[in-house]
Amino acid sequence: MSIDGGAEAELDAIQREAFAYFVALANPDNGMIPDGTREDSPASIATIGLGLSAYVVGVHRGYMSRAEAVQRTLATLRFFANSEHGEAPDATGHKGFYYHFLDMRSGQRTGDCELSLIDSGILFAGMLTAAAYFDADVLEEREIRERADALYARADFCWALDGGKSLAMGWKPECGFLNYDWDGYTEAMILLVLGLGAPIYTLPDRAYSAWTASYQWENLYGHEFLFAGPLFIHQFSHLWIDFRGIRDPFMQAMGSDYFENSRRATYAQRDYAIRNPGGFLGYGARCFGTTAGEGPGEKKHRVEGVEKQFVGYVARGTPYGPDDGTISPWVTLASLPFAPEIVLPTLAHLREHFPETTHERAFLRSFNPSVPGHGRSGWIAPELIGLELGPLVLMIENYRSGFLWQLMRSSPPLLRGLRKAGFRGGWL
Amino acid sequence: MIDHSVNRNAAFEPAPVLPRDVFNERLIARVHPAQWRNPEPLPRYNLVVIGAGTAGLTCAAAVAGLGGKVALIERNLMGGDCLNVGCVPSKILVRSARVLADMRSAEDFGVRIPAGIEADFEWAMERLRRLRARIGQHDSAARFKELGVDVWFGDARFSAHDAVEVGGVTLRFAKAVIATGASAMAPDIQGLAETGFLTNETVFNLTQRPRRLLVIGGGPLGCELAQAFRRLGSEVSIIHRNPQFLPQEEREATQLLAQAFQRDGIQLHLNTEVQRVERRAEGKTLHLLKEAKLTTVDGDEIFVGAGRAPNVKGLNLEVAGVDYDEEKGVHVDDYLRTSNPLIYAAGDVCLTTQYTHMAEATARIVVQNALFKGRKKLSALVVPWCTFTDPEIAHVGLYVRQAHMQKIPVRTYTVPMNDVDRAITDGEEVGFVKIHVRAGSDKIIGATLVGRHAGEMVNEITLAMVAGIGLKTIGEVIHSYPTQAEAIRRAADAYNKTRLTPFLKRLAARWLTWARR
Repeated sequence: MSIDGGAEAELDAIQREAFAYFVALANPDNGMIPDGTREDSPASIATIGLGLSAYVVGVHRGYMSRAEAVQRTLATLRFFANSEHGEAPDATGHKGFYYHFLDMRSGQRTGDCELSLIDSGILFAGMLTAAAYFDADVLEEREIRERADALYARADFCWALDGGKSLAMGWKPECGFLNYDWDGYTEAMILLVLGLGAPIYTLPDRAYSAWTASYQWENLYGHEFLFAGPLFIHQFSHLWIDFRGIRDPFMQAMGSDYFENSRRATYAQRDYAIRNPGGFLGYGARCFGTTAGEGPGEKKHRVEGVEKQFVGYVARGTPYGPDDGTISPWVTLASLPFAPEIVLPTLAHLREHFPETTHERAFLRSFNPSVPGHGRSGWIAPELIGLELGPLVLMIENYRSGFLWQLMRSSPPLLRGLRKAGFRGGWL
Repeated sequence: MIDHSVNRNAAFEPAPVLPRDVFNERLIARVHPAQWRNPEPLPRYNLVVIGAGTAGLTCAAAVAGLGGKVALIERNLMGGDCLNVGCVPSKILVRSARVLADMRSAEDFGVRIPAGIEADFEWAMERLRRLRARIGQHDSAARFKELGVDVWFGDARFSAHDAVEVGGVTLRFAKAVIATGASAMAPDIQGLAETGFLTNETVFNLTQRPRRLLVIGGGPLGCELAQAFRRLGSEVSIIHRNPQFLPQEEREATQLLAQAFQRDGIQLHLNTEVQRVERRAEGKTLHLLKEAKLTTVDGDEIFVGAGRAPNVKGLNLEVAGVDYDEEKGVHVDDYLRTSNPLIYAAGDVCLTTQYTHMAEATARIVVQNALFKGRKKLSALVVPWCTFTDPEIAHVGLYVRQAHMQKIPVRTYTVPMNDVDRAITDGEEVGFVKIHVRAGSDKIIGATLVGRHAGEMVNEITLAMVAGIGLKTIGEVIHSYPTQAEAIRRAADAYNKTRLTPFLKRLAARWLTWARR
């Protein structure tokens, strides 16, 4: 795909900035990568998964040497292979899955966080990305492949069904499975696909039909698509899987595919921003992107004379909210592969109208022009979040070269999982 | 000879309706008159109706109106839950609460309001009692007597497969209908009974506002009253064991409700179990458990809105050969007939969907099937319902999940209320209209509506479904502008746009090009 030279340079700068997070803040001894830049942030297993994928992109782009990527990847995989596993409340994982947040130094569970299925899924996706990329017949790269495959294989997806049809969202040693399941269209499709492709504890086919049972195909603002409110839901599984032209039975019935679906979801977000029902500042055709993430915090403030309620961390979505005017440029950019024609113009718009967001890496953060703070940009998120930077590295790459998508087309677990889910056609 | 003219069921006391002010006295005088004289029994009735709630009243009025002989037996208050402890009083309270909410946001509409707006709870409850007594006239014993119904007060017990005994008197019937309804059921929580709690059967007796109210259960009643009491000034905490309120409703609908609760200042405890209840000097304490974490929450009163049990005890159903169980109530087939072909059931005592309009609809089925050899089916009903929170959450027909289970391909046409002119002008933008259509057609199979007037708007969809009117036709119906119901037409417009295939679009463009020549 041909990209304008100026845009290419700008995207490269953003991608490089985002990539730097996974190098600068990682613990090279055990591969732990912090959730965010706040002081004492624990490691997040999802961020580690994104980091493993980012290292591959980094080598491909020349941001990092292959040797360094191999060392960092190996440190990570060796840690997970050797860390404490079991029902102990301070273990690293249990049944092949891992706690959401781990101590940066010891890698043990922090606080009372849950054994997280989706975050483990993202971690496995990162491991399998490394396994797919490091294909040289040398000792260290063989070890990467073997360890990644073994760690993925030991995840007991069947146990995580908890006797039901849908995967549980999590488990805690203190109370067992959480009272939430993964069903309906969410970011967990990558988890389902990996569970269906698992070599030992393979999810039964019914897990996928349970997952799609509450799918809702909606016509919103004239766009017909499989609905989900927060934009990141339409992106996360696409970080690794090229959904262009491949269809499960649901998408076959609807005459679409998940890539096209994400394109329409991106347009629906833009159209919501144009309508701007909440009357927040900044929203428009070139300034949109509503998703889960940090916000200005619990406070009330008048916007053009009308009192508005603002919130902190919450799963923002359109068109039903919650919406407090917080805009996440990272999530807009992560839609680049789907709808570059409406995403790229947001870059120039942000530079021109919200210059504060482009200073000192601030462009990578969410902001809210309706809340006083940094000039016209208003509130700017005080910290960088790995879960927001990872998609930038990966999706900019998918837009620029399709490299990750191409790489993962040959990943046996993904191929098995997609086929078991009923995906057919296209490159599959 | 036995004197049948007086109520011989002296052992039964009607549920306390408090306080005994002029309005409640008026209500009781209408729906359970103290000096009521039971009539002389006829040798045989076309229909004996047990229970004078909505289902029973509907059956009795219909049969009497058609010239049949009908006996109506009630042991407590005519009008049943709906009039006395359900829809009617709760909606009166919800209205007072909504006025307060509107006043608090009045400045957004350019209306200056004096400082220190507060609820007059005593007056709000008096209004409740006054209006309930007024509406009670419609369900009164005197009115039904005038309609030609033999109204009996007392405990009914089957004494044979074709006979019921009430107050020592045997009433023989050609057909009977059990319409005894359901009662609030307290969950089995340690210390709850000893500590004391309110249900829908007692909460409307309050005359003083509880400063802190603890609501157990996030079903329709729990949600409605939690919000109403909060808006009337109570500090309210609501505890619900599921991850979302109104678990059967669509996720987006309940998310909007949760957001509204948070705006109102209700403390939400979702996915939380009440382990035990304790009375302390300063009030009542709930011990909560969420994901292995123990916490407590304090209040002055506890309202339990979790669960109802069918009223099947004491009816001697075994003697009549009527199958039942204490959880699901009287067992009926699709024609609402029990295991005794002479006996039918209607309303909450035999239904899982317990709504007043459902009680009324099933009563109509019973009258047709029991007395006129009808073949009306319960499964053929198109039943809307609404939870009267703010926003209201209304639904009719299938949910998408149900449609998928039935292998029905679905497409949903969505219009957010914040995209509807009248909702914007009214400042009532929270909500949406989602209409589910069978893919490849315009046949409506269900809808969920969320909004300030969703309960009114869902009726248009219900009408369309019953009459077999599709979205295409709804799109042709002129809706007065500006109204919030225009959202429904907008959804129909969206459907009609999908009919414009690329081929038709090309054809139209060619025609218009030609027409310019």
